[in-house]
Amino acid sequence: MNDQTKIDQDRAERTEKLQGMGCKRKRVEDIRFTQGKGSYVDDLKLPGMLFGDFVRSPHAHARIKSIDTSRAKALPGVVAVLTAADLKPLGLHYMPTLAGDVQAVLAEEKVLFQNQEVAFVIAEDRYIASDATELVDVEYEALPCIVDPFKSMDPDAPILREDIQDKMVGAHGPRKHPNHIFEWTIGDKEATDAVFANADVTIKEMLVDHRTHPSPLETCQSVASFDKVKGELTLWGTFQAPHVIRTVVSLISGLPEHKIHVIAPDIGGGFGNKVGAYAGYVCSVVGSIVLGVPVKWVEDRMENLSTTSFARDYHMTTELAATKDGKIQAMRVHVLADHGAFDACADPSKWPAGFMNICTGSYDIPTAHLAVDGVYTNKASGGVAYRCSFRVTEAVFAIERAVELLAQKLGMDAAELRIKNFIKAEQFPYQSALGWEYDSGDYHTAMKKAMDTIGYKELREEQAKKREAFKRGETRELMGIGISFFTEIVGAGPSKNCDILGIAMFDSAEIRIHPTGSVIARMGTKSQGQGHETTYAQIIATEIGIPADDIMIEEGNTDTAPYGLGTYGSRSTPVAGAATAVAARKIKAKAQMIAAHMLEVHEGDLEWDVDRFRVKGLPEKFKTMKEIAWAAYNSPPPNMEPGLEAVNYYEPPNMTYPFGAYFCVMDIDVDTGVAKTRRFYALDDCGTRINPMIIEGQVHGGLTEAFACAMGQEIRYDEHGNVMGASFMDFFLPTAVETPHWETDHTVTPSPHHPIGAKGVGESPHVGGVPCFSNAVNDAYAFLGAGHIQMPHDAWRLWTVGQKLGLHT
Amino acid sequence: MIPGTFDYHRPASVEDAVALLARLGEEANILAGGHSLIPLMKTRLASPEHLVDLSGIGNLKGISVTGNDVVIGAMTTQFELISSEELGRHLPIIAETSRLIADPQIRYKGTFGGNVANGDPGNDMPALMMCLGATYAVTGPDGSRDIAARDFYQGAYFTALVHGEILTAVRIPIPSPDHGYAYEKLKRKVGDYATAAAAVVITMAGGKCTSASIGLTNVSETPLWASDAAALLVGTSLDKVSVDAAVAAAEAITQPASDMRGPAEYRTKMAGVMVRRALERAQSRAKG
Repeated sequence: MNDQTKIDQDRAERTEKLQGMGCKRKRVEDIRFTQGKGSYVDDLKLPGMLFGDFVRSPHAHARIKSIDTSRAKALPGVVAVLTAADLKPLGLHYMPTLAGDVQAVLAEEKVLFQNQEVAFVIAEDRYIASDATELVDVEYEALPCIVDPFKSMDPDAPILREDIQDKMVGAHGPRKHPNHIFEWTIGDKEATDAVFANADVTIKEMLVDHRTHPSPLETCQSVASFDKVKGELTLWGTFQAPHVIRTVVSLISGLPEHKIHVIAPDIGGGFGNKVGAYAGYVCSVVGSIVLGVPVKWVEDRMENLSTTSFARDYHMTTELAATKDGKIQAMRVHVLADHGAFDACADPSKWPAGFMNICTGSYDIPTAHLAVDGVYTNKASGGVAYRCSFRVTEAVFAIERAVELLAQKLGMDAAELRIKNFIKAEQFPYQSALGWEYDSGDYHTAMKKAMDTIGYKELREEQAKKREAFKRGETRELMGIGISFFTEIVGAGPSKNCDILGIAMFDSAEIRIHPTGSVIARMGTKSQGQGHETTYAQIIATEIGIPADDIMIEEGNTDTAPYGLGTYGSRSTPVAGAATAVAARKIKAKAQMIAAHMLEVHEGDLEWDVDRFRVKGLPEKFKTMKEIAWAAYNSPPPNMEPGLEAVNYYEPPNMTYPFGAYFCVMDIDVDTGVAKTRRFYALDDCGTRINPMIIEGQVHGGLTEAFACAMGQEIRYDEHGNVMGASFMDFFLPTAVETPHWETDHTVTPSPHHPIGAKGVGESPHVGGVPCFSNAVNDAYAFLGAGHIQMPHDAWRLWTVGQKLGLHT
Repeated sequence: MIPGTFDYHRPASVEDAVALLARLGEEANILAGGHSLIPLMKTRLASPEHLVDLSGIGNLKGISVTGNDVVIGAMTTQFELISSEELGRHLPIIAETSRLIADPQIRYKGTFGGNVANGDPGNDMPALMMCLGATYAVTGPDGSRDIAARDFYQGAYFTALVHGEILTAVRIPIPSPDHGYAYEKLKRKVGDYATAAAAVVITMAGGKCTSASIGLTNVSETPLWASDAAALLVGTSLDKVSVDAAVAAAEAITQPASDMRGPAEYRTKMAGVMVRRALERAQSRAKG
């Protein structure tokens, strides 16, 4: 073995020992999660703790004539019953939403959706609280309700929000009707209309991204404990953004922010459902302040599905204009957004329709216009980003269905049409017609790799044969090939356009190296299962050469973690991940000075080598990071402050733009409408890959939720506003049995502006997956002239498609 | 999702259970595996004051052959039905059906008697028991009696059981060893009740159908025995015309509710598809 081989081998061994970026490090959190040893909100038991439960409205729209709590209060074990009358003097019967609206905590004069919170019973145990909810007598006068958002702005529509009836200018400008929330427009309308007027070919379709729910397995819950002596409130809860909750609690309660301790312990999934604030949080806080003992509130499954924030419910009239040879010239979209009874979206405040203006997708579309009207209906409130960056799933669904419809009209292959219109690699950074600057991408390479791997040409040949066989009556199965080429926009975001209630959307990391060379690092984000404890440690390991196993990551305690905006919209890696790298680099810079002092050379004479600084040309003269850590505390250079730690608050210069090419092959039984996914191939480009195993897991999870949304998951209401199927009997949460097999792949196009080039991946598979499944279903029936088939594609709806086409004899 | 208050009783014998039910009156419910009752209690659609748990009664479990019948104790779990070699030999359709009930965890707890006795039209065993011509043995304060499965179901959750009676065992005549069988169930996902399901048992001789019986699950307020449909098959070679006629006759007796599984029209048609597919499989299995 020669010297160079030895050196290389030594470096490889030291690199492997770090378990840094790029390696498939096992998730450290799984040791507790897989053994049932996680510590969740409902695991918390405090001395004297009481339990709260809600009395909820059976009506979708009704006037409250009276509330009589006397029978409930008389039940032994009941401590208090709160109603709006109790909260009103405190100014807490309404709370602000993140979207600039207000939302009832407990209904005062009217209820506006079924299961709305009307009273909060606090009792010695959960069972008594539940029993007592049945003893609160509420007299209602039922009112006509609005379920169909297209009827919200009818001249004779009942006015839903009497509390803001006279306020005809909302948080996002003028309101056209008492049931109108906002109108948001972007793009050049005149130019877009002109292109459409002269286009060779146009398509127009109403594309519905139906109402569903993020449905984390752990429901929303909180424990509030107010110390009357110290005047301090500790609030444990299922919070994706604990610091924002602390600020909001301070603003609405009047308690000084330093006397509020918000703690998000282990969280069992969020998917956007745990970003906003809920009545249960407020009522547990009020209950604890009033009673001086801890109060716990835990939602049950039906409450979670029927009252806390839903997702989607976007009705998108989508148009494309193109030349006859398939060059897309313009896009025009109008969205009717059903927000339910209150606008409780959790978007950055300036974006009432989130980042819906990413709807030009992966294509070089020179001209576009988007208009969104938000309306109230008698349904639960929300409109949160369900495993996606704000409304990006909706945007990608619109463009990816629209290009398929255009391909069909042009008689072109859907993959070929996409390739023809892709933004080219040399066009990045690319300015989109609707205002975004795409940081990087190489769509043609990704698409080619995907098509070659899946065997696209052969699949189309097989499909052509099967279609002939179907026409001849030899098979009752239809084969569909779904394509989706998506561009995500994640990592909110730059303060110039991203804030929540005025708080800029930076994120943060604080890293402390202990004298013995082990590390604790804290971030402003909050994992709900994403594996932050594993991956942030890998970033630090690579940056400063300390093994990931010696680095502890902590999040969720607002007293110890630096302020951050939390985890949603795939922002943890793009924002807090960047903060982590920058903070680590500050430490490394100081370490270099210390090493120079120790080795008695000039800083510039040192070079970094995996886990140490060594003297250039004298590799045997080095100081390891562990040695430097000891020296940093005990023998720092003269005039240098002791210690080795750093904080970074990272303001991202731009969003990141992960992308991917997905293909789905589906076989549909015409006689039952049952669709079987034969293959699903997902190529993701999320830039630099921190932990390929975690990425793969994220892709599996995101695709499974995409499969659910496209193929059956929904929150439906009947004409009286009764919520249908709000339990896991009906709400489609796929098990391992239903879930297809996933094939994953990748290309790597690093983000040019991110310190480590990473872009975020947790939500891409959901965003790209939904239209891929829907395109596969639509493609299966397309040759029969089915037209656009709306989601969800559950068996009975697909059977109905066949029925309308006369396929059943 | 929090049940109301109830008292729990765990008698050691059928006699004790019957006496308890008589003493506690209408507000007492029998608890077997609990997988139908407990969800109803958690949503407070049922709020019994007393639960009489039968799991402490040893002689309600087990599978045996008596003469030409298989006898299954009411507290036998679905897992035990699947694992029984004897049952697999005589009545393989019972294991085939059991495997389509809920999921493995539930099948360890869910009981055969609970499935047939509580009258939920979504349960799979009732239609199968009607198809197989089973008889239910019932014990009450006035002694024991037998009720034919085909006479047992009166409406959703309404059965021929009167309050205070306990179903103790089910007796099923053993079909010809040459019989063909199939249970076809369309469901949205694991653990779901059927959108529609069909149980079919036939015998064939010389290419002709010599007997046929068809049960239908979850397409009416009660499980259905499609006797007219089955009669149309006897004497035929199960040719397309005959099968079409039987499918139409089976569809004709359905009265499904529209629910999240689909509108009534769809569920009726799916009952027909399940009958057709069950017949095809049963025919492929029948000897003779």
